Amino acid sequence: MAGTRSPTERPLSPHLEIYRLTFTFLMSGFHRVTGFVLYFGMAIPVAWLLAAAAGPEWFDFVNGLIGTFLGRLVLFGYSWGLIHHMLGGVRHLIWDTGRGLDLVSIEVFARATIIGSAALTAALWLAAYALGGL
Amino acid sequence: MRLRTPLGNARGLGSAHEGTEVFWTQRLTSIASIPLTFFLVGSCLYLIGADYEAARAFISSVFAAPALILVVIVFVWHMCIGMEEILVDYVHSPALKFAGLIFNIFFSVFLGLTGVYAILKLSFGA
Ligand code: HEM
Repeated sequence: MAGTRSPTERPLSPHLEIYRLTFTFLMSGFHRVTGFVLYFGMAIPVAWLLAAAAGPEWFDFVNGLIGTFLGRLVLFGYSWGLIHHMLGGVRHLIWDTGRGLDLVSIEVFARATIIGSAALTAALWLAAYALGGL
Repeated sequence: MRLRTPLGNARGLGSAHEGTEVFWTQRLTSIASIPLTFFLVGSCLYLIGADYEAARAFISSVFAAPALILVVIVFVWHMCIGMEEILVDYVHSPALKFAGLIFNIFFSVFLGLTGVYAILKLSFGA
């Protein structure tokens, strides 16, 4: 439409800041946040493997770090992030097939992700403590 | 001289031409990560309270070592693609973007090689 000029204001492409913060929006962002955190968290299993390869002293040292309160807290966060991201990822994979894109399903998926990840993480840590360890 | 007609060149490429491998690899590594996550979490539970010798025996076992190597490779591959996507989405300054993209590859390759090396060393090393 070269040459045409309109005095009326045309709508701009919507920007992140003008959206109302909804639960599903938050869960969507959370998938990216957990992915970002897991990215750096990948250093944990690698450090643990490397410590095992380096010998008993290093292995005990790293296990000791993980055993501290802060270490457990970090590991707890890592496990929750991993489980949450996995469930969120499954949701994405279902969407890729073209299913579950209606508003009701999206809301159900979002709830299932947060409730499911909290429940699974709680179960995991209950199991961990029941197995007598950490 | 190229003997293919322009139509022949274009056919089957679709509008994307290339770049769909990234999407494809992202999905592939996502799917592979699901069982691998169960394996990793299960291994951690199994190793609770294990001493050095027990942990070493597990990591280097014929059953666990290949699966752990898969965990490292698939997770690192997946996270590298994911971080690249985040960087190109949010970092608009070319200098920062390229610094980030370079860091992403260095960090991912470093973690991947270190993890695989550690498993192999426990499996074959003295
Ligand atoms: C456990 C199974 C996992 C599944 C099913 C999964 C699935 C996915 C999917 C489908 C995406 C793309 C989201 C989109 O298109 O916006 C994604 C993004 C991402 N994932 Fe994973 N993932 C898993 C584990 C991991 C792990 C272990 C890491 C890190 C080590 C990770 C890091 C990332 C990152 C950094 C992104 C980019 C975030 C984004 O673009 O929003 N993921 N994941």
